[in-house]
Amino acid sequence: MHIGLANYLFVAAILFTIGVLGIFLNRKNVIIILMSIELILLAVNINFVAFSAYLGDLVGQIFALFILTVAAAEAAIGLAVLVVYFRNRGTIAVETVNLMKG
Amino acid sequence: MYSAIVFLPFIASIIAGLFGRLIGARASELVTTGALFVSAALSCLAFYDVIYLGHAQVVHVLEWVVSGGFEADWTIRVDALTAVMLVVVTGVSSLVHLYSIGYMHDDEHRPRFFSFLSFFTFAMLALVTANNFLQLFFGWEGVGLASYLLIGFWYTRPSANAAAIKAFVVNRVGDFGFALGIFGIYAIFRTLDFDAIFAAAPGMAGKTFIFAGHSVDILTTLCLLLFVGAMGKSAQIVLHTWLPDAMEGPTPVSALIHAATMVTAGVFLVCRCSPLFELAPNALAFVTFIGATTAFFAASVGLFQNDIKRVIAYSTCSQLGYMFVAAGVSAYGAAMFHLFTHAFFKALLFLGAGAVIHAMHHEQDMRKMGGLAKMLPFTWAMMGIGNLALTGVGIPYLFGTSGFYSKDGIINAAFLSGTPVGTYAFWLTLTAALMTSFYSWRQFLMTFHGPYRSAQQTGDARLHGHDDPGHDHPINLSDVHEAPIVMLLPLLVLALGALFAGMIFNHDFVGPDALGFWHGTVASVAGHHAPGTSVELPVWVELAPIVATIIGFAIAYYYYVMHPEFPPELAARNGLVYRFLYNKWYFDEIYDYLLVRPTFWLARFLWKFGDGRVIDGLGPDGIAARVLDGSREAVRIQTGYVYHYAFAMLVGVVVVTTWFVWPLLLHAGGLR
Repeated sequence: MHIGLANYLFVAAILFTIGVLGIFLNRKNVIIILMSIELILLAVNINFVAFSAYLGDLVGQIFALFILTVAAAEAAIGLAVLVVYFRNRGTIAVETVNLMKG
Repeated sequence: MYSAIVFLPFIASIIAGLFGRLIGARASELVTTGALFVSAALSCLAFYDVIYLGHAQVVHVLEWVVSGGFEADWTIRVDALTAVMLVVVTGVSSLVHLYSIGYMHDDEHRPRFFSFLSFFTFAMLALVTANNFLQLFFGWEGVGLASYLLIGFWYTRPSANAAAIKAFVVNRVGDFGFALGIFGIYAIFRTLDFDAIFAAAPGMAGKTFIFAGHSVDILTTLCLLLFVGAMGKSAQIVLHTWLPDAMEGPTPVSALIHAATMVTAGVFLVCRCSPLFELAPNALAFVTFIGATTAFFAASVGLFQNDIKRVIAYSTCSQLGYMFVAAGVSAYGAAMFHLFTHAFFKALLFLGAGAVIHAMHHEQDMRKMGGLAKMLPFTWAMMGIGNLALTGVGIPYLFGTSGFYSKDGIINAAFLSGTPVGTYAFWLTLTAALMTSFYSWRQFLMTFHGPYRSAQQTGDARLHGHDDPGHDHPINLSDVHEAPIVMLLPLLVLALGALFAGMIFNHDFVGPDALGFWHGTVASVAGHHAPGTSVELPVWVELAPIVATIIGFAIAYYYYVMHPEFPPELAARNGLVYRFLYNKWYFDEIYDYLLVRPTFWLARFLWKFGDGRVIDGLGPDGIAARVLDGSREAVRIQTGYVYHYAFAMLVGVVVVTTWFVWPLLLHAGGLR
């Protein structure tokens, strides 16, 4: 079976959807939201790499590398924020994060 | 020189008012008093120059209001009428300034007081030197303002504030008529200049205009409107209620504003407009009627008042009625003459009463006085002279105090006019003369003679002295002291005027020389009896006023010296007539019931319903409430959960993406 561009894009789309649903359906834990964001980024990465290979252009793969570093940094910052938040509020349950409520 | 007379008090007022704190109270007193004395001296010069040398003139000061065809300049018109007023105003004002230095010596706000006094003098001078109705109106309102400020001078006292507001509001009623009169004059004559109006007035005599389907006589209407203004300012019956309450102000203010000068502005106005009034006999009859009624009414109320200042206030009201009677029977000279002499003796009486109040530590209730003659011999003498002049004591054909000439001249003029309303005025003024004598001597005897009654219960707390609440305890007779010399000196000067002004000026104002004296500034129309032709009078008419005076004195002496136990008994019996007079004919109560309360009710209705419910309800409050409702709904969108916002973002992105991508796909499909 030939694995073409469409298969890669399909996987990426599934990953992306899982990530999005992870954000919206999750009511418990903020860490899961962070993980979901990672999933979305990975889906994007797959798209980049797939298109890069398909079009024979290396720029896409370079972008993927950048995204990986940014994702790592983002995960670090996100976790740091979480730690501070936990110190202040004593919980990281998503329902309690509603200070912006009008 | 004339500019100096008018504007020196103004400058002094500004200095004392704006820089009073800087230069201190003493300097403020000196500046204002000094300016007033200079002004008074110049006024005497002007009096001599204008009247005896005949140098009447109009000094143009500045172009004041120019608007389209309308023009009103600020001028100083100095003719015989103005000259008399100048002497009265600056003379009394300077003496009152001097007196106030003593009377107000322990007040903290002396710069303000003296500033107001000087401002009043300036406004009054602007009034009497006006050459057109606009400037006259400016002065008219200026003195009203000064009166308001000075009545409410002790602003921490609620009664003073109430009295000040009352004076202002009642005067607005009169001023409304006055303003209408001025509008009417401009509408008819197309100018506000006195000379032009008086020149054009004869052409308007008997002409009518249509108002509300009726044809109305022009000049009668205008004169009546002007007279409404005069009624307000001069406290004539119906609009008199503010004057007795105005006694809440410091006593020098009462003497200057509410006795000698401002309240006579109405008389001055009628005399100034005498060429108009002469052409409107119905208006003149009305003036006579109101004047006579006021003279009688105020004198009757004065009979049983217990506040020493209120007695004099009602007396003032009554004497103003006399002046209007004189003006109403075309004896303008007699009106001005009485204005002139009245200024002396009424200011004297007020300042004398002030000296008594000062001596009694701000006690004003005469029932708590008595026997003060021993302690205050000088004040006793001065008040005695004032009463002699007020009641018009004199020996016919020989000598008389000033009231003897001026008041009896008015009574005689009323008799001579021969009209029904003149006869009405004659009898009422004659009766009022009797009552005047009674209440004046009653006041005098209650204050200075008999036993000292401070410790006694008066049994009526309603009308106690207002000058200083907190002095309820009786005052020892040994504490009563004669006033300082700065207060006694003005009394002496005024007393000389009260004694001799009548005799000296009788010939000039109303006698055979009157025509040469007035230089045609007050109308004297052929057909009317020339003022001062007392030779035609029956002897009984000539003697009637002095007889009335003697009877009044005798009654007062009988009740208050020979049988001092009668009056309290009379008061205790509380008869119908006594109550009617003691409560001032129930004017205040009637006004309260008919005007004040409905006004308050209407105001409350408009406030609560009209403004609160309708305007605010539909306007600002309503809109604000709807916005609040909307936002209360809108706020529920803001859940505060991150994933809700993220979801909204995603939906947005999807929608926007679809919006832009869908046509492309269709396009691509179309290509395929």
